[in-house]
Amino acid sequence: MKKDIILAGVGGQGILTIATIIGTAALSEGLELKQAEVHGMSQRGGDVQSHLRLSSKNIASDLIPEGKADIVISVEPMESLRYVNMLHQEKGWLVTSMNPFNNISNYPELEDVLKDIWKLPHYVTIDAEKVAKEQGSVKAANIVVLGAATPYLDIKFESLEDAIRTVFARKGEDMVKLNLKALRAGRDLAEKSS
Amino acid sequence: MQKLLLLGDEAIAQGAIDAGISGVYAYPGTPSTEITEYIQASKEAKEFGIKSMWSSNEKTAMETAIGMSYAGKKSLVCMKHVGLNVAADAFVNSAITGANGGLVVLAADDPSMHSSQNEQDSRFYGKFSFVPILEPSNQQEAYDMTRYAFELSERFSIPVLLRITTRLAHSRAGVTRLKSTTQNELKLPSNPQQFILLPAIARKQYKNLLSKQEGLEEDAFTSGNNVYTDGSDKSLGVIACGLAHNYLVENFEDGEVPYPVLKVNQYPVPKKMVQKLYDSVDKVLVLEDGYPIIEELLRGYLNIDKKVKGRLDGSIPRDGELNPNIVAKALGMKIAEGFASADSVAGRPPQLCEGCGHWDSFGALNEALQPYSGGRVLADIGCYTLSALPPLQAINSCVDMGASITMAIGAAEAGLIPAVAAIGDSTFTHSGMTGLLDAVNRKSPITVLLNDNSTTGMTGGQDSAAFGKVEDICRGVGVEEAHIRIIKPLRRLHEENVKVISEELEYDGLSVIITRRECVQTLARRMKLKHLDKKKANAKV
Ligand SMILES: Cc1ncc(C[n+]2csc(CCOP(=O)(O)OP(=O)(O)O)c2C)c(N)n1
Ligand code: SF4
Repeated sequence: MKKDIILAGVGGQGILTIATIIGTAALSEGLELKQAEVHGMSQRGGDVQSHLRLSSKNIASDLIPEGKADIVISVEPMESLRYVNMLHQEKGWLVTSMNPFNNISNYPELEDVLKDIWKLPHYVTIDAEKVAKEQGSVKAANIVVLGAATPYLDIKFESLEDAIRTVFARKGEDMVKLNLKALRAGRDLAEKSS
Repeated sequence: MQKLLLLGDEAIAQGAIDAGISGVYAYPGTPSTEITEYIQASKEAKEFGIKSMWSSNEKTAMETAIGMSYAGKKSLVCMKHVGLNVAADAFVNSAITGANGGLVVLAADDPSMHSSQNEQDSRFYGKFSFVPILEPSNQQEAYDMTRYAFELSERFSIPVLLRITTRLAHSRAGVTRLKSTTQNELKLPSNPQQFILLPAIARKQYKNLLSKQEGLEEDAFTSGNNVYTDGSDKSLGVIACGLAHNYLVENFEDGEVPYPVLKVNQYPVPKKMVQKLYDSVDKVLVLEDGYPIIEELLRGYLNIDKKVKGRLDGSIPRDGELNPNIVAKALGMKIAEGFASADSVAGRPPQLCEGCGHWDSFGALNEALQPYSGGRVLADIGCYTLSALPPLQAINSCVDMGASITMAIGAAEAGLIPAVAAIGDSTFTHSGMTGLLDAVNRKSPITVLLNDNSTTGMTGGQDSAAFGKVEDICRGVGVEEAHIRIIKPLRRLHEENVKVISEELEYDGLSVIITRRECVQTLARRMKLKHLDKKKANAKV
C-alpha cells in the first residue's frame, strides 16, 4: 500500500487536523508515515499545504514528487487547484470543498475555479459548509471534506472513525459525535456523486 | 519502546532531553522554534529541572550555554540560520575555548527562504570554526545524532554544530527512543585557563583545536554516520548530504540506487571515503540541500578534470531547496508530470491578522507621513514587516533584526529628516536597544515607532523579553520623558494617534512612540488557557 496525499487550504482552516486523523488511522493499521507541514510565516492567512505519505514500506522523501500524488484534499476550491501539478495524471483524485475563502482582492470568479476543477478526470466537489451545518456545525467542514476523500484513501473507514474519537476526545463527547457524523456525511455524498 | 510521531524539531528536543541536558538556550526563529517549545512543554524536562526560558537573542543564548558548559553540564543552543550570525562571535570563540560539559549548537537553515531573508548554509560556520557538524537526514537520525553530538562534544571537548533544514524541522515521522543518560554534576574545567582567551592562552588553545581535526575526521569515518554503499554502475557516483539522500533514494524502486553512493551525515567528511568514490567512478554528482560546499571543494577553483556535477555546473539549480524531481533530472531520469497549472489560481500571500494592532499603527503612520515625500520608514523584522504589502505599503526596509533604529540614524545623518524607525517589542530587546543608545548619544532626530504587542508574534507568540519594560528601557538609555509617547492602536483612536505621530515627526530630536495593544492571537490563546484553568479549578472543587 502506498498513498501520497496533498492537503491544502488557508492558514487556520484545519488541514493539520485532517492530517492528524489520517495519520492516527494509518499508524493503527501499522503503516509507515511521513508528513511535511508548513509552519511560520505562511500561516498568516496565506496558503498552506502538507505532504502526507503513507506506505507499507519505508518512505524516503518527506516531499511527494511532482506528478505522483494520489489525491489532493482541499478545504478551499482555489487552493485545490494550486497543487494540480502534483497530481498523478491517470490515477490522481482531487477532492475539495466548493466554499471559497476570499481574503484577497483578486480572488477569481468561483465559476472559473470550478470549471478548471471539472476539467480534471477525477474529482469530487462538495458544499462542505452546508453539509457540516446540517450535521450540527460549520466547524466540521474540514471533516466533511475528509469524509468525501475516504473512498480513495485505502484506509478502513472504522480506523478513521477511531482516529476521530482519539483526536477529538480532549474536546468532549459532543465534538466527537459531530465529527463522526460529518465524516459519514462527507463519505455518503462522495459515493453518491461518483 | 513504542514509536513517537515527532517533527524533526521535536525529535531533536527529545534527543537532547534523553542525552541529559541541563538547559536549552534559544531565541525563537522559524524553523527552529518548536525544539525549545517541546522542551518547555515536556513533563519530563520539568521533572529534571531542565532550564528552558527564552533568551533575549541568539548571542545571549549561546553565551549562557557556554557558561553552563564551563560549569560542566550539558546544554543545547537553538536558533535559525541567521541567528548564528548574531551568535557568531560567541560561537567561533567557543571552538577555541572548547567545551567542558557537552555543548551542542543547533542551526536550522531555510533553503528556498520559506520564512527568512536569506538561505545561508550553516555548514560554512562549522568549517570556519573548525567545529564538527552532524546533519541528520530523517527524524530518527535527528534523535540519534543529537545524542551522538553530546557524546562527541564531551569526548573531544569541542562544541558540535547540528545542522537541519526547514523540511526536516517541520516534517513528522516515527521515532524510537533509547535509554536516557543522566545530567552531569557541577564540575569546573580541569585546566583553569581553558576559558581565558588572552592571546597567549588563545594561541595554545587554537593549536589544540587544530590538533583535534584529524581525530574528528577519523571519528566521522568510524562513527557509522557516513555510509559508503557500492553500486554496479560506475558511470556515476553520488555524494548525498543529509536530507538530499532521501531525494536520491526516492527515485529508485525499493531504494536500490545502481551507483556507488556516499551518504554524508558527519563533517569533516573523511577524505578516504571521498577518494574511494572519486577513484571508482567516471563522474561525481554532489547533492547538498544548501550551498555547494563539498562540490566546490571537490571540483577545485579551476575545475580541471570537469568530473564534478552539481549546483555549479547547472545539473542542479544554483539556489533553492532540493526535491525528488530536481535530483531525478540531474540523474538524467524521466520525471512524472502532473497537470498544467490552472489560470484561475491567484497568489495568496500571508497577511496581518484581522484585528491586529499593526493595521492601526501603520495606518496612522501612513497618514502622519502624508505631508512628506516617501521612502522614510526604516523597518525591522516581525509581523509588522507584512505592512510592506498592499494595502498598507508602509515600510521601506527590512534587513536584519534590530536594523531599523540604526538605519534610521544613518539615513538621518545623510539628510533624510524626518526618518522613522519601526520595530517590534521582541526585536527591540533582541538588538534594538543598543541602537537606541546610539540615537541618544548622537542626538539623532529620528522617530521610533515601537510596536509593543506584548509578544513575539511572527514566530507564534512566545514570551517577549521586553514585556513590561519598554518605557523603562527607553528612559534608562536616555530618551527624554516628554518624547516617550504611548498610544493605543485602535481604529476609533485613529485621529488622536495621527496627531501624536505628527507632533513627534516635527520634533527636531529623538522620540519614541510606543504603540501598545496585545497581539490578537496571543490574547485569544491566553483567554483559552484561562478558560481551561478555570474549568480545571471548578472540576477540583
Ligand atoms: C536573527 C534572527 N532571529 C530570529 C528571527 C526570527 N524572527 C523574525 S521576527 C521575530 C520576532 C518578532 O517579534 P516582534 O519584534 O515583537 O514583532 P511581532 O512579530 O510581534 O509583531 C523573530 C523571532 C530572525 N528573523 N532573525
Ligand atoms: S500574529 Fe499577532 S502580531 Fe502577528 S499579525 Fe497576527 S495579530 Fe498581528
